Amino acid sequence: MGTKPNIKFTEEFLSKIPSDTGHFGPYGGRFVSETLMSSLTELEQKYLSLKNDPDFVKEFDADLADYVGRPSPLYFAERLTREVGGARIYLKREDLNHTGAHKVNNTIGQALLAKYLGKPRVIAETGAGQHGVASATVAARMNLECKVFMGVEDVRRQALNVYRMKLLGAEVEGVTSGTQTLKDAMNEALRDWVTNVDNTFYIIGTVAGPHPYPMLVRDFQSVIGREARQQCIEKEGRLPDALVACVGGGSNAIGLFYPFICDEDVEMYGVEAGGNGIETGEHAAPLCAGKPGILHGNRTYLMSDDNGQIKSTHSVSAGLDYPGVGPEHAWLKDMKRANYVSVTDDEALDAFRRMTLVEGIMPALETSHGIAYGLKKAATMKSDQIMIINLSGRGDKDIHTVANIDGISI
Amino acid sequence: MSRIKTTLDALQSAGKKALIPYITGGDPKPEWTEGLMHSLVEAGADIIEIGVPFSDPMADGPVIQLACERALAHDTSLSDIFSIVESFRKKDKNTPVVLMGYLNPIEMMGYEIFAARAAAAKVDGVLIVDLPPEDADKLVPHLKVAGLDAIFLIAPTTTDERIASICQHSSGYVYYVSVKGVTGSASLNVEDVAEKVQTIKSIHDIPVGVGFGIRDAASAASVAKTSDGVIVGSVLVNLIADNQDDLSAIKQGLHDTLSSMRQAMDA
Repeated sequence: MGTKPNIKFTEEFLSKIPSDTGHFGPYGGRFVSETLMSSLTELEQKYLSLKNDPDFVKEFDADLADYVGRPSPLYFAERLTREVGGARIYLKREDLNHTGAHKVNNTIGQALLAKYLGKPRVIAETGAGQHGVASATVAARMNLECKVFMGVEDVRRQALNVYRMKLLGAEVEGVTSGTQTLKDAMNEALRDWVTNVDNTFYIIGTVAGPHPYPMLVRDFQSVIGREARQQCIEKEGRLPDALVACVGGGSNAIGLFYPFICDEDVEMYGVEAGGNGIETGEHAAPLCAGKPGILHGNRTYLMSDDNGQIKSTHSVSAGLDYPGVGPEHAWLKDMKRANYVSVTDDEALDAFRRMTLVEGIMPALETSHGIAYGLKKAATMKSDQIMIINLSGRGDKDIHTVANIDGISI
Repeated sequence: MSRIKTTLDALQSAGKKALIPYITGGDPKPEWTEGLMHSLVEAGADIIEIGVPFSDPMADGPVIQLACERALAHDTSLSDIFSIVESFRKKDKNTPVVLMGYLNPIEMMGYEIFAARAAAAKVDGVLIVDLPPEDADKLVPHLKVAGLDAIFLIAPTTTDERIASICQHSSGYVYYVSVKGVTGSASLNVEDVAEKVQTIKSIHDIPVGVGFGIRDAASAASVAKTSDGVIVGSVLVNLIADNQDDLSAIKQGLHDTLSSMRQAMDA
């Protein structure tokens, strides 16, 4: 760890991130083939013209309230706090959103953009299936044609979500190229987009991809942190000491972190998938163990070999099984404003069981990574300190995976 | 003067159009690539594009994805591609070689080292599919210093304003992607291509090569009429895929396909 850059995080400073060209320091950008450039420019201009438009904001907020069920509660996990014996642990209950995860905040926003751009067809990539379900859901509601790309490995791991998407009227295409997981689903979605760019809106599920996606997904997800900040002040009379969220692409983490960036006393912890352990090389932790490179339209930390080939990743959680990460996280890491750590598959599974038994809340396996680290960290904190863990999604979809690990077939 | 400009100028003086085949370096095995390059020249290639294999070629269709997988099964690296070109250049002093690929392998090598090593291997031009001019400002100066042409893409969706900017950033030629889609996806529409190439020509005088969707002698000939060069990839890579274990069959196939295009273009 080097020294902290001498930067004061102010609203004014943050308003220039990303830059007009979509850069978060050296990260981000727009590394795509030329065919997509005009659509990205169109999307950027449309978004910038709408983001402060009162009608658009009103429509988005109304959907979040009445369709998603926001605000999501900030729940004090009393029994867990007592057992851990450290900081007061709060859970931001994104699992209670319609469709069961934070993903829907973003798909509502992007589907509105699709409507304003007059695109009748949406596509999405998905890993765990949560973003696919959230996309299929808003597509059903807005009567948009929807196709979801999903690696066949994930189709197998997340059969329940595949069927949910089909019930919602979406077409699910199993992707057989490459490692057959999230990154390959994203490759295939980009291929579809470049082919059908005139009538298709690509709903990217995380804060990655080419500019303006990392910016607009962050903005749509920031409702998590805005609510949490206000709720914490209401319940505790002050800001939290630490925020914890799992990081795959990083949309739930940036959603929680972003409204706190200027509150420099609030520590932020992004938890990556350590898989079988960082030392084994079988993980999905580019911020902890990768280096900067270019994939899927942006420069960011990547799992890449020395020849520039993208390495295969491993995580028990399909939603974290991705070799890259949003460029704003790469920037926050370098700026030392957020800390990035990892936990293993086993630690995440233990956290899944513990949260289920102690609080009666069954978290997604992705979310369980954040919980695992959060509980370790909370134990080292004082009893008058406050931690918020983003309970980013519910775990129903993972029951088959956990049962398999237990040797139970259901 | 760059080898690419010399070649294109000479063709123009002769009233001919450039035939530019693409194969993926290292496909089906790295030790065959140089020989295939010589075969392409014998069959009438004016410039050769060599694909640098990448694990996630998201602008390519299944044909070139699989070619990348075959090349990567032999761990074909950017360094290996340099060795292949260097070896090719010892026997062929004139045919320009353009490397085509994705940015990450170059990013990992480092821009300055990449440019120096490419120049040392006698590569002539570089086309990076996922690098539009806006984000190329850190790489292009190194290419210039090394005497390499920077070739950028223009697409059916590119606005006139961007065409002007892309042409200004390019040297050698610009690559017009004739269809919305990935490589090898659809057949091009000759009239649409002619119209867009005309637009590019009215904006800038840089030569225009046209690729994506050229499958046979007839489409090569009709595209040649309205552009400065015809780029043909997936149909050749398919031939390699069909004859992976038979070098002479690959050479024969490449020769037959390319020479029929050559004849049709020159007729």
